[in-house]
Amino acid sequence: MTKLITRRSVLAAAGATTALTTLPISMVKLAFGGTRDDFTFTYISDSHIQHIKGSSFVRNWDQGLKRAIAEANLVVPESDFVMFGGDLAQLGKREELDHGAEMLSHLKGKLHTVMGEHDYYLDLGEYWSKLYGPHYYSFDHKGVHFVVLNSIIVSDDWTFHRWPTAEQRMLEMAGLDNPNGSPFMVGLKQREWLRADLEKIGKDTPLLVFSHSPLQKIYKGWNFWTDDAEEVQALLQPFQNVTVIYGHVHQIQYNQIGNISFHSVMATAWPWPYPQSYARAESHIPVLTVPMNRADPFFERDATGWQLIDVNSGRVTARYQLWDNDPRTVAYNAKLGHPTDVSYQEPTQRRVPQFHY
Amino acid sequence: MRRLFSVLALGVSLIAQTSIADEFNKADTDRWQQEFQNVVKNGRDLWTSGALGTNGVACAQCHPNAANTHPETYPKFQKQLGKVAQMWEMVNWCIRNPLQGANLAADDPKMTAILSYVAYERRDVKLAPGTH
Repeated sequence: MTKLITRRSVLAAAGATTALTTLPISMVKLAFGGTRDDFTFTYISDSHIQHIKGSSFVRNWDQGLKRAIAEANLVVPESDFVMFGGDLAQLGKREELDHGAEMLSHLKGKLHTVMGEHDYYLDLGEYWSKLYGPHYYSFDHKGVHFVVLNSIIVSDDWTFHRWPTAEQRMLEMAGLDNPNGSPFMVGLKQREWLRADLEKIGKDTPLLVFSHSPLQKIYKGWNFWTDDAEEVQALLQPFQNVTVIYGHVHQIQYNQIGNISFHSVMATAWPWPYPQSYARAESHIPVLTVPMNRADPFFERDATGWQLIDVNSGRVTARYQLWDNDPRTVAYNAKLGHPTDVSYQEPTQRRVPQFHY
Repeated sequence: MRRLFSVLALGVSLIAQTSIADEFNKADTDRWQQEFQNVVKNGRDLWTSGALGTNGVACAQCHPNAANTHPETYPKFQKQLGKVAQMWEMVNWCIRNPLQGANLAADDPKMTAILSYVAYERRDVKLAPGTH
């Protein structure tokens, strides 16, 4: 970023791109000045495209991804880019990754992708890489440094020596509550890469980190968990302004740990219960989190959706586009120093369906 | 004398038989528990396998550890069905829709297995019939 963005130039650009359309007022977020400007990107995640046989796929999951893509393409002004948060496939099959990639190819704008465990454990990400490139990487956009991690690595013993076939390994990992699973981690190799990547970055540069699993510990039994979360957090804490956005959990979560804000994103496929709904589990759902509504199974797309992520001077506002529900907005609250839901944060404002048991 | 003894013996055995209905010991309860656990295991296998439907989707995909099924709240009014429903009716709803399968009879051993698994995952939670 060398060019100074002024309020006037942003307004002029916005006017030029929206002359024939109506600009939603929530899109008008102007930078407070300086060399950073505000922008929006689209976040779609966890589509779990599931192959049945031949050319047939589970209709329900297809519909979720198709709907998210169709709606994202209608956003005006266009998002700067699109993130896909992982678990494009259900069992890592080429048919699933190809079918998902064909749908994603209809998206306007550049696509960045995150590796999910359902994409990985059949061939350890080989075919995914042919479609989307490296498993972890970084890039810069409008003054923000973006990092994409592959956080669904598990021990070498589990990956290479536990299962007779790759198909069996994939099936074992695909069961969320499978006691034969193994805790996710970023791993030493990637942590060293991250350390080196961040050395070049000024501590006042906003950081946005994408992972599939939460880079915090919520519930180990369902891998709402990253085993080396503390080590990864330690690499991020020196930066003044850090946000981690993760998929995997199929529900709204948010949190603040030191300088790091955390936001989860919704799945397009199906919702997951909050861990506290499993009476035998001990979970650590962040106290800040106001849960999404309990899902109504009679509305096929209830408690699924996609997100618009506004970045304002490096701080994130997650705007959840929830089908069959009112949208939710969770934004960094500068006064409180953590994300809050703009409508429901106060306990007196919460709705009955937001109570989970 | 011999005849009298036989009659007495018969009488004793009859008395013993009438008391059998109330007599069970730890070996019995252990066996019954094991019978139940076998059915729970069948239920868990069905829950996680996708065998109940036609599209490969498994109950566990949306309900890990059978969470968010709330067996303790049934029977309850289901606004979507417009009546007080039992849990097996909701299980069939899920088999027909997300799993694209066919209804099971209420007393189908597979339904018994599913309901056993769901209840077992929710053990120690207080009954709360009718709760939403």
